[in-house]
Formats: sequence, C-alpha cells, structure tokens
Amino acid sequence: MSTHTLLQLALRSAAVGYVSLLILFPLAAIAHQSFVGGIDHFIQDIGTPQASSALVLTLEAAFITTVINALFGTLSAIVLVRYEFPGRWFLNALVDLPFAIPTLVTGLMIAAIYGPTTILGMWLQQGGVTVLYHKPGIVLAMLFVTMPFTIRSLQPVLMELEREQEEVAFTLGASPWTTFLKVTVPSVLPGLLTGVFLTFVRALGEFGSIVIVAGNIPMKTQVASVYVYGEIESYNPQGATSVSVFILLISFLVLGLLERLTRPPGERMPRWFRWSKRPLPMIRPSEIG
Amino acid sequence: MKIKVRGLTKQFGSVQAVSGVSFQVKEGELLGLLGPSGSGKTTVLRLIAGLETPSGGDIYIDGKRVNDLSVQDRNIGFVFQHYALFKHLTVFENIAFGLKIKKWKPAEIEQRVAELLRLMSLDAVEHRYPHQLSGGQRQRVAIARSLAPRPSVLLLDEPFGAVDAKVRQELREWLIRLHDRLNVTSLFVTHDQEEAMEVSGRIIVFSKGKLEQIGSPAEVYEEPATEFVARFIGAMNILEGQVLNGVVKIGSLEFPAPNIPDHVQVQVGFRPYYVKVSEDPRRYRQPATLRHIYFLGVAYRLEIETGEGLILRSRMNKEEFRQYRLEVGQPVSFAVTHFRFLPQEGMAFPSSAPPQLLDAGPLTL
Amino acid sequence: MMRRLFIGSVWVYFALLLIGPILYLAVQSFDEGISAFWREVTKPEALHGFTLTLEIMAIVLVVNLVFGTITALVLVRQHFVGRTILSGLIDLPFSVSPVIAGFMLILLFGPETILGTFFGTLGVKVLFAMPAMVLATLFATFPFVVRELTPLLQTIGTDAEEAARTLGANEWQVFLKVTLPMLRWGFVYGATLTVARAIGEFGAVLVVSGNILLLTQTATLHIYQSYVDFNYVGANAVALTLLAVSFAILTVLELAKAKAAATVA
Repeated sequence: MSTHTLLQLALRSAAVGYVSLLILFPLAAIAHQSFVGGIDHFIQDIGTPQASSALVLTLEAAFITTVINALFGTLSAIVLVRYEFPGRWFLNALVDLPFAIPTLVTGLMIAAIYGPTTILGMWLQQGGVTVLYHKPGIVLAMLFVTMPFTIRSLQPVLMELEREQEEVAFTLGASPWTTFLKVTVPSVLPGLLTGVFLTFVRALGEFGSIVIVAGNIPMKTQVASVYVYGEIESYNPQGATSVSVFILLISFLVLGLLERLTRPPGERMPRWFRWSKRPLPMIRPSEIG
Repeated sequence: MKIKVRGLTKQFGSVQAVSGVSFQVKEGELLGLLGPSGSGKTTVLRLIAGLETPSGGDIYIDGKRVNDLSVQDRNIGFVFQHYALFKHLTVFENIAFGLKIKKWKPAEIEQRVAELLRLMSLDAVEHRYPHQLSGGQRQRVAIARSLAPRPSVLLLDEPFGAVDAKVRQELREWLIRLHDRLNVTSLFVTHDQEEAMEVSGRIIVFSKGKLEQIGSPAEVYEEPATEFVARFIGAMNILEGQVLNGVVKIGSLEFPAPNIPDHVQVQVGFRPYYVKVSEDPRRYRQPATLRHIYFLGVAYRLEIETGEGLILRSRMNKEEFRQYRLEVGQPVSFAVTHFRFLPQEGMAFPSSAPPQLLDAGPLTL
Repeated sequence: MMRRLFIGSVWVYFALLLIGPILYLAVQSFDEGISAFWREVTKPEALHGFTLTLEIMAIVLVVNLVFGTITALVLVRQHFVGRTILSGLIDLPFSVSPVIAGFMLILLFGPETILGTFFGTLGVKVLFAMPAMVLATLFATFPFVVRELTPLLQTIGTDAEEAARTLGANEWQVFLKVTLPMLRWGFVYGATLTVARAIGEFGAVLVVSGNILLLTQTATLHIYQSYVDFNYVGANAVALTLLAVSFAILTVLELAKAKAAATVA
C-alpha cells in the first residue's frame, strides 16, 4: 500500500473515530437510557402534567417564533438584498450578532429592557403583555437567538436569482405580481424553508436566554430544556431522558422533512451534496451600499 | 417594415450606450447585430424588447410606435445567453409558461407544446428539469419557450455564447433551418463575426454605440464602409500612407488614388485572399521573404515580409500551396490584386510602423 | 412609497430586537458607577470565570481546527461507505439543545457507566471537572470549522495541489504550502464562530460541571450565579464584558467573510 493510501486511511480513521466518540456515543447513551425503562415508562414520563405542559409550551412558543421570524426575516432579507440605503452594511452586520452573543447575556439584555423597570416594559405591561417570567418572554428570547436563520438562508438565494428569469417572464406576458408569485417565490422557496425549519429546531432547544427571561415556573413558563435541567438536578434521569428524547425526535423529524422538501425537483441527492455547493451566506463587499 | 428604429439613443448615467441608431427590418428577416462588447448591440436588442426604455428616438413594430408599450404587451420572444430557464419547472412547464399567462385552454397548450417539442427534438426530455439537461438542450428549450406564444418578433441575445464550439456550430445550422421553416422575423446579437456571417441575411455592425454599417454578409466583407468594419470582419491588411501625385506609395507598393486630393493621409485595406504569392520570384512584381506558414485546415495563411519590413498576410488555398514547395525563409514574389481606401474619422493617425518611403511603379499582376 | 415602509419596518424590527437590548444593557451595567463595574469584573470569582472560559476556548479551538480540517478533507476528498452518515452526524450538534447535550455526556461518563468507572480507576475526573466541560464545548462547536471548510474545499478543488506535486512537493509540503493557505479565510471564519460559541456556552457546561464555585464556573456560569444571587450589577458587568468580546468577534467575522468571499470568487 502506498504511503498516500495509508495516509488517507489514517485520516479517515481519525475523522470517523473522532466523530463517533464525540457525537455518536453520547447519542447512543441517551438512546440506550430511554429504552432501559421501556416504552410504557417513556410514555408515562412524558405524560406527567409538568412534562407535558413543558413540551406543549415549548412547541407553541417555537411555532409562534417561527412564524414571526419567517415574516420579518423574509422582509429583512428582501430589503437587505434589493434596496440600497444608508446604514445597510450596519444592519447586515448586526444580523450575525445573535451568533456571537452568549445566550445567557441575551437573556439578561431582554430581561433588562423589557422588564418592569423600563418605560418599554411598563408600556407593554399596560397593553397586557408581560415579558419577564411570562410566556411572551419566551417568544422574545427565542426570536432573538433565531433571528439570523431566515435572513441568512434567504440572502444567497435572493442574490442568485437572476434578473433574467424575471425578465423572461415579462417577455412572456407575466405582470410583476404574477412573476413574483410564479417565478421568484418558487426559486427562493428552498432557502425560505431552510431558514424556517432551522429556526424551529433552534427555538426548541434554547435554554440560556429563556432561563433568565422566563424563569422556571413549572406549568407556566418552564420550557422543555429547563424542565430537563430540573430533572437532572433532582437526580431523576428518567424524566430528563424521556423529554430529551422526545425533543430530539421532533428535531430529527423536522430536519428530515426539510431535507425532503428542499431536494432539487426530480433529484435524489442527499442534502450535504447540495449543502457543500451552497455559497457562503454573505453579501459580497461590492454589493454593500 | 416589421421593425423600424429611428434615432435611437440610450444613456446609462454618464455612459452613452447607444447613439442615433436607425435601421429597418423586413418581415421574416434574420438579422445579425454584430460588434465587440460594449458596442451597444445588446442594448439595442433590449430596447426593442422593452426591457430598457430609450433616452431618445422611436421604435416601431408592425407599424405601431411601441416606446410606451410594456414588455408584456409587445408580443416578442426573447432568448438569453444563459437561457434563464425556470429551474423549478419541467421542460414542458417552461415552454407552456407563456401560454398559461395568456390563458390558453389546456388542450391548446398541450398541442402547441407537443408541436414545439417535436420541432426542437425535445420529446424525450419533456418531463426533465433544466439542471438535468445539456447546454444545447437548455438553449433549445429557451427558444421553444419564447416561440410558444407565437411572437411577431424573436430576439436572441448571444444565444450560443454559453455552449461548446462544436455544439455552437450545430445550433447555428439548426437556427438557420428553424428560421427557414417558421419565418419569424428574428434579430440576434453576437460578437462572433463568423457566426453573424454564416447565420444572418443581413448584418448590422456596431461600435461604441453607433451603427457602422448595415448590409449583407458579402457587402460587409467585401466593401467595408469604415475602418472599424474592415478590421472587425475577417482579416485585413491595413497600411497607411499619404497621397502624392494621385498615388499612395507605401514601401515599393503603389496604390493609385485618382479621386483623392494630394497630401491626404489614407488607409489602404486589402484582404489576405487578394495577396497573391508565388515561389517564382519573377511571377509577380514585388519581392518578399516568407516568414511564417500557418495551416488553417481549409487553406494556408502565409506571412511575408517585404524589403521595407512590412508584414503582410496572404491566404492561399491548398491546391495552390501544393503546387509550390514553400519554406520559411524562402524568397517569394507577391502582388496585391484588389484594395480599398478606408474612410477615416478625422485626420491622420500617428503611424506606429516605420516611416514609409514613396517609390514609383504601377502594380501589375 | 412601499420601499420606505419596508425599510422602516426592518429598522424598527432590528431596533426592538437587537439594538435596543444591547444599548440598554450597556447603560445598566454602569448603573452604580464605574467603580462598581470594575469591582465586579475583577473580583476573584469573575477572574476565575474568565480564565476558565479562555482555557476551555483555547483547547476547543485547537482540537476543532485539527479535527475539523481532517474531517472536512476526508468528507470532500474521499469516497467510502458511510460517508453520508458521517456528514449527517456532523450537523447534529446544531439540532441538539445544550442541556440535552450535557445530559448525554452525564449518561456517558456517569459514575455507574463503563467510561465513568474506567476513567475513575485512572484517577481522571471527567464529570464535574474540566474534561467534561471541554467535551461539552467540543460537542457544541464541532460543526463550525467543518462546515466552513467543506464548501471551500469543493470549490477550490485539487488542481493547485496537483500542480504542486508535479513540481516535486511531497504531501506534507503540499498540505502546508498549498492546501492550508488556500483555506486561510475559511479557518478564520470557522475559528471565529467556534470562539464565539465556546465563550457563550452555557447550558451544556452548566449541567456537566456541577457549577462548583471557583472551580468549575466559567464566565457564563458566573453570570448565572450572580443573577441567582440577585447581584444584578455583577451579572450585568460581566455580561457586558462578554458582549464587548462578542462585538470584537463579530468584527473579525465580517472581515473574514469578505476575504473568504474574495478567495472563492
């Protein structure tokens, strides 16, 4: 065997070994744990009032977050790509901020400005929306951390969208509105779906910011991740496992669905082939302002 | 006249892309818009399509002034260089797009699309998506799509720019046959002069936003109206000299110039085909040395150097070449059998060649 | 015009969600004055937190760069059974909640597990100590470097490397002088994201470290501790410090993006 092939094998083993140890083993551990008690136990654990309320709350909040994120994220992406205005580069850089800020710090920020001590907080409270230690806080925290996803997923596909496709539609008699519906939207749909689904999965798992903003009131503001934390601290691995696995399963399902939905039409290529051809999500400097 | 363009101008910011272009296109013509990048040819095409609005001038299609008519209402077909196929639709759906917009009945759509699929030899790929097609197939789909709603005019922007040389050749021939069959008035833009010559019934040559010449391929080739056209179309030997005593002498070459006043600086152009070369030093009047031989497949190109250091290009067909045994470095004789004086803008240019001595002696074959 | 409305709405959205909270935190941290801020940021628990965070971050960065590069190279350049599974696994940490990630590690290294007892007999404490915290952070940050390098590797291809070989370079030289330099900005980008994530890691580390004061409290855990102790000034002060670091990271990120784009173009 040539040294080249040996080298290749060595690298491959290293990569596979590392990934197995780091990612596969922990997964296996939790899978194993969930079967230890049996299916009935599993369902029982999820069915407790506290667990089920945590799950429902998490799914609800994540859903609302996803909808808002989809709407404003799309609008933001379109504005950032298509329009030129002062401060555009600033807004565009800001989008990456949630990636750089610790979630705990996010929680503190939101709790500070939307809490009962500020004008904004009081004004909202009068309007019936309390942020701190209440449900709206959960949504707000989730919104912050998932904000970049839709925008960053849409930007590259919007930029790739050739003007020519729209112009051709015009020459074939389509009005600007029809063109938007029948040409633009279908072209960017994969990007949009990716952003939306990733938002949902991320929101499901958020912990640090929610723990600060919404606190830990069982049945009221306790999301799944906080519930799991509680169970761990109380030395109740069963409870922790069941809810964890449930959340994991939903996440995998959602991502699997995304994979199916965003395949190029008529193709059976797995996602990572396309993902590896995807351009880095960014605005080229020449396009800024 | 199918299309009439009068005094068309277009400015992009401070750039004058098109200045004062006027021409007419007959019904059923296949017209080539030829020129280098930045010459304005694509802009003119897009102006006719309605994808740009003119800064000045008028455009008439079928006798009607269309300046204020939107793209959607002009009933034109447009084909882009990079196809611009709808990636999320199948071949069938792409072609049917325009028909759906115009609210054709499903049965009619079926029929029309089937007709075009057959015409374009695309039957087999009806249900495929653009990314599953070859470059040639994609282009044919793009053309079929634009033809489906029966446009009165077909506009093509560098339609064969994005495919391989071989495929390009096939597509060219195919386009000619298609045009013969359908007889839709077509304008296409290209920077490839061979393509323009081969495909077009008439050619318009553009340069820097202006119309340089309009004519048949033969006219444009044999009788270039300006220096630009002469240089752009085909290879050309171009020499500069001054008229003295009704003659332009360049080196030992003399070009009679009976109609040009003395002391005018002129450019003399002659095609390589009109430079006759022989290995017999007495056959022709002018002596030279053979510097390079290039084999072009269909003919040979010879580069010869005159006594004064002028490099001229000559073209010789294979039969003739084989009669001689020409070698690089060999002394030859040559003559120029046809030439033209090229009109220039403004006065003489500074010549980069060594100063030409005037000599005497008429040209003979 | 519609345009104004759209742009305006986007500004409001960003202001409410991002700009407002950040500015307010900055103001709040100095609520009791600069000396209070300074006191909080320099007290032993805080300093220990910063140090621990930096240590973990350094280890994680190095390990990620090494293994991330190897994995990216293997994924793009080699073809083997299980390649698809490998790529799927790489993306996994993004979809796992940090608390669950920490929990999985507890299940793996707990006192009654094989690995737990194994390391126990060796005298190495995994859980409630550095190793587990490093592992948790490694888990959370793994995809970043790989994901940034893979598209770059795909786009750049093997041409330059093959040219180097024809010129006589051996594998190691090719790697050092051709491959690595071409991936330069992908590294910076991936490293920056890793650093940001490592500094900000909270949920997994909280679960796995036992949150032992002055022993296993990272900066984020310290913030949490302060908050829970009603020391809002302290919490805000350290939070603001981390925020400032985040901004620095963001700047590097944006620069790296621009340069990486130029390489690929």
